[in-house]
Amino acid sequence: MADVIFIGLSLSSILLLIALGLTITYGAMGVINMAHGELVMIGAYTAVMSGIYLGANLFVALPLAFIVAAGLGLLIERLVIRHLYGRILDTLLATWGIAILLQQAIRLEFGLTFFDINIEGLGPGLQNVAIPSFLNQPWMIGDFTVQPYRSFIILLTLALTAVTWFLLYRTSLGVQVRAIMRNPDMAAACGIDVKRVSAYTFAYGSGLAGVAGVMLAGFKTVSPDMGSSLVVEGFLVVVVGGVGSLLGTVASAGLLGQVNGLFATWTNDILASAVVFGLVILIIMWRPQGLFSFKGR
Amino acid sequence: MPVQPTILGDHGIMTINRRKFLKKSAVVGATGLAAPYFFTRTVQAADEIEVGVLFSLTGGLSIIEKSLADATNMAIDEINAEGGVMGKMIKPIVEDGASDPKTYNEKASKLVIRDRVPTVFGSYTSASRKAVLPVFEKRRNLYFYPTYYEGFECSKNVIYTGAVPNQQLSNFIPWIVSNLGKKKFFIVGSNYIYPREMAKVSKILIEQQGAEWIADEYLELGHSEWGAMVKKIKDSGCDVVLSNVVGDSVVAFYREFKNQGLTHDTLPICATVTSEIEIAAMGAEFAVDSFTSFPYFQAIDTDRNQAFIERYRKYVNDPKAVTHHALESSYFQVYLWKQALEKSGEATPDAIREGVRGQVFDAPNGTVTIHSENLHTYLTPRIAQWGSDGQGTIIDEYDSPTMPLPYVAYGETEDNLFCTAQGLDTTKL
Repeated sequence: MADVIFIGLSLSSILLLIALGLTITYGAMGVINMAHGELVMIGAYTAVMSGIYLGANLFVALPLAFIVAAGLGLLIERLVIRHLYGRILDTLLATWGIAILLQQAIRLEFGLTFFDINIEGLGPGLQNVAIPSFLNQPWMIGDFTVQPYRSFIILLTLALTAVTWFLLYRTSLGVQVRAIMRNPDMAAACGIDVKRVSAYTFAYGSGLAGVAGVMLAGFKTVSPDMGSSLVVEGFLVVVVGGVGSLLGTVASAGLLGQVNGLFATWTNDILASAVVFGLVILIIMWRPQGLFSFKGR
Repeated sequence: MPVQPTILGDHGIMTINRRKFLKKSAVVGATGLAAPYFFTRTVQAADEIEVGVLFSLTGGLSIIEKSLADATNMAIDEINAEGGVMGKMIKPIVEDGASDPKTYNEKASKLVIRDRVPTVFGSYTSASRKAVLPVFEKRRNLYFYPTYYEGFECSKNVIYTGAVPNQQLSNFIPWIVSNLGKKKFFIVGSNYIYPREMAKVSKILIEQQGAEWIADEYLELGHSEWGAMVKKIKDSGCDVVLSNVVGDSVVAFYREFKNQGLTHDTLPICATVTSEIEIAAMGAEFAVDSFTSFPYFQAIDTDRNQAFIERYRKYVNDPKAVTHHALESSYFQVYLWKQALEKSGEATPDAIREGVRGQVFDAPNGTVTIHSENLHTYLTPRIAQWGSDGQGTIIDEYDSPTMPLPYVAYGETEDNLFCTAQGLDTTKL
């Protein structure tokens, strides 16, 4: 049974890792960021590239991916999203466009393939990231197999969640972000620099996506379109949890991951994903605003 | 890369030429309705023969299908460099299936109806083959399909040059039971027709060998969360895993297998799809000591194969490019087509099909022969064990090619063919 709970926990942590960035950008800023999956992909490619060109391992890639993805997020915010606040459907379309742009940029190696220049690590092919060997040597405690890599993901996710919670609830910047979440106009009237804080928030959410990318690269293939399916899972978690609620996101990631893990072990993975989607529909019907939510905006 | 734009560009010019001819034919006009048909034929007959090359150059499958298109174009270029076929140049019309069966169908129609090519080389997945099949059957055209597939098909409009289940499994399962001493199989695959048909054949063979299969499980195509499945494998008490997992799921599967502490020396994965290309994608260390059954491996140690690999790497301008089974079939099937054309002396689908029956060619993997009845290919089954360099070591191979039996799961044997030149004998199913 401990094994099953561990699998569920591992699934939950991956969901949470992807959703953590989204819950901030979607929840705090009302931006449906379809490019979130592509920021995850950029994070994964950062791990691939830093492995090839810097000889860096996963641990070096983590902060690097955060910086790259956060920087890119800041750029996206400045160039596009800044002009679309309050127009939620327009942000969906615009960020979808950005998602396609990012995918093609990687696939076409920033356009260099047209000049017959190839950059190792980019292009349409599959890439992979080496895991430090101590992270894929499992050890046993009694009957229970401890998988270091999955355990590492769980711990890292917990740490990032704690950091995010601290930033949101224990810093003055966090107070400003939460004020903007509730009512941006009123926040601005109180002297909060909404544009600046929003830009930082978006960059932070993007950076989290980058970190998620590095961790995913450890057990998935890295390819230009790896992000498109992730964004769906991310939104499921955020919507079920309640938009803008950190606690809700944690709870819904935990719930969906465990349900998935349990049904996958009892029956099979195909049925398990059907059960998860069914559960999501039921929850949304029962509580359209999500498990935890507040009135805002 | 530089090859495609040129081909497409040339094709543009070609079309204009043909339009001019069509106009002329309309002016001459005496032969009425037959004229356009007659004149297009003459254009082709004059200096070149057009063929269709239909693979996904974009989308999720482009990673693999691009290499098949490259191998096809390479064979065409080689043949042209040696004077072409019957003194005419082969002109490939390259179309992009875009990893989408519907697009495949549209492009196949375009090649067959508008371009009037006598043959199309193409497809990787069964889904795309099934999507184009009606086009070729209705228009009585010819499709050369290079990929290993699940069998259960008998069409006189398709030449199949990849392996069918009996060429990957009838050697593999007995070998696993007798050489590895394994008795309990866990069959795992992606959830679609190919792995399910492979599982069907495997079960027959496993039972014939007096071994047992204890589970037959599937994961959604493209799914990469293997935690629960690998735990099931671990708890099942099996001593060998038979994998028909496809695509980038393969990578996640092998990685999770190692992460949960399973090793190939005690519980080997024996795979039917994991080729050089998947091994390169996952990182060779995750597959070390596992097995795969294919008629072709890059590791085949013959001068012919080494020369082939060298030519391919030069052609795609990538010194580290890997070759694999479907790629090799994409290459040699163009030569079989050329020989068929030379034998029949006529560039029509019917003539090529009659010409290709029993055609023999020395391919990089050895001698291949088209079966004169069911139009599948005699191939030599081989088993390789993967090493830390991402290459296989061939540890078992048949002395001679095996007859293709596309209906082996339904009781087809070498003496009792279900699929003959007359078509499928449905009474035997």
